[in-house]
Amino acid sequence: MSEQQLEESPAGEARPAGTGAGESPVDEHIVELGQVSVFLENRPGNLSAVARVLADAGTNLRALTIAETARFGIARLIADDTDRALAALHEAGFTARVDKVFGIQVPDRPGGLADLLQVFDGNVSVEYMYADLKGAGTNSLLIMKLEPVDVAMEILADAGLY
Amino acid sequence: MWNDAAQRLPRTKLRELQLVRLQAQVARIDDRVPYYRERMAQAGVLPEEIKSLEDLVRLPFTSKAQLREGFPFGLSAVPRSELVEVHMSSGSTGKPVVDGYTRGDLELWGDLMGRTLDMGGVGPDDVVQNSFGYGLFTGGFGVHYGAGTIGALVLPISSGNTRRQLETMRDFGTTTLAGTPSYALYLAEYARDHGIDPRSLGLRKGFFGAEPWSEAMRHQIEEDWGIEAFDIYGLTEIIGPGVGAECPEHDGLHVYEDHFYPEVVDPETGVPVPDGTEGELVLTTLTRQGTPLLRYRTRDVTYLIDEPCRCGRTSRRIHRLMGRTDDMLIIRGVNIFPQQVEEVLLRIQGVAPHYQLVVDRHGSMDTLEVEVEMTVDCFSDDVADILALERRIEAELRSALGIQATCVLVNPKTVDRATTGKAVRTIDRREVRTHV
Repeated sequence: MSEQQLEESPAGEARPAGTGAGESPVDEHIVELGQVSVFLENRPGNLSAVARVLADAGTNLRALTIAETARFGIARLIADDTDRALAALHEAGFTARVDKVFGIQVPDRPGGLADLLQVFDGNVSVEYMYADLKGAGTNSLLIMKLEPVDVAMEILADAGLY
Repeated sequence: MWNDAAQRLPRTKLRELQLVRLQAQVARIDDRVPYYRERMAQAGVLPEEIKSLEDLVRLPFTSKAQLREGFPFGLSAVPRSELVEVHMSSGSTGKPVVDGYTRGDLELWGDLMGRTLDMGGVGPDDVVQNSFGYGLFTGGFGVHYGAGTIGALVLPISSGNTRRQLETMRDFGTTTLAGTPSYALYLAEYARDHGIDPRSLGLRKGFFGAEPWSEAMRHQIEEDWGIEAFDIYGLTEIIGPGVGAECPEHDGLHVYEDHFYPEVVDPETGVPVPDGTEGELVLTTLTRQGTPLLRYRTRDVTYLIDEPCRCGRTSRRIHRLMGRTDDMLIIRGVNIFPQQVEEVLLRIQGVAPHYQLVVDRHGSMDTLEVEVEMTVDCFSDDVADILALERRIEAELRSALGIQATCVLVNPKTVDRATTGKAVRTIDRREVRTHV
């Protein structure tokens, strides 16, 4: 993670006014989303506890993935209310932060993902991604961490994918 | 027996010898070591006032912290040109403790370790495989000099290289193994895993120390190897191994009282307790030349056994060690203090100094897991960042502790916070102590 991104996404900072998921539209099919990531200790019941905290806070999840290693995991999630989710997790003693990721709609058909990646043409690195495949209408919503962010923004704006 | 006369000295003669040596040593220390001269003046004691062994209690204690302050040669009783060898022991923080040896000290060391091996029936026909580490720590050289003194053939193989240890036993007809008890267990396990029956290698004796071990472990080692296993005791500050050892009765360890005067004291008050009562072992060197010590607090817990031993040796015995008065752990033969972990964590930016040590034994090798609390400062959405943090912590711990530890990141506030008394929780799951 670059220094710049650490500055942009300090954990726990209040999000600017926008939608509950911290959305900042880039264009009709592309938004920047606030993603909550949570440290998961490799202990039975830990993930369950995180899920219960979010449930008790009235959080509904739009997308979710867990990256695992031998000794720990990181849950990454897009919540309907980013601030509320973060606050609930901190209060319950979990380590969580918010980072900006891209939410990109692509047609829900074969080639949806492949066409998007072709546009990047090696100039953008996909750090990680996951998806809300029944996303929006006839489109799937891909959630992607892209580097470098400014290059990704430019390419996506010019892409004329739709 | 080796040093036969010395080992069978009637107790009254032994005590006379101890007094004469103590008086000479105190006078010498007062004359040559400014640090002790000052401490004795503070305690209001003059060397000539030591008229009986009971007067020993008038002398001040020496602590490990005080030895560290003297790094490197502050407590030396001889000019540096007379020191010919140095060994060191790690400290909890800051400087290690240095033991400087004169030529005479090395001869004494060889003699006492020769006594140790001889007590276990080792002689010129034996082949001693020394798997204690050679280097600044005392285990390797101590056994080496001892084997040399009694004329056994020593194989200075040092620690590690397990496959080679076994090959060497075969190639050279090893009869005697020296090392840590956990390594003996590990070596046997490794042998069996590779289709070798350790009992077929022809070993007869083993001398093990540098870490606490129980009767159960002794039986296991003896079973595994078909050997007779002897417990040996020492500490770098005093001389290294060679402070005491078991005789064939295996009923406590004889302290080499002609050279090191033992006391057992209440760790809180410092008042000597009666023989048979548990307390902290305190040792005074009677004949050391380079770095003599008065009433050194070992932090080892044991009791003195006054009854004569069936073997005929007249030296008092101590019970096998029963614990520590401080936080120190011995893991794979290495002294570890929890405070060392704290220092490492404080050095790494963003990491909270909240940790817990979990010590366990898998098979025969000790394992150390350091649980460190995750913080928002060091958390990332990127797995690679956190893996890098784990690796960095492990590398720093390896460098500071001298052994490999596993870093496990845990949720915040799961580790006990510091309260009064012990600062950190250590969970030691090993069953290594014989406790009465």
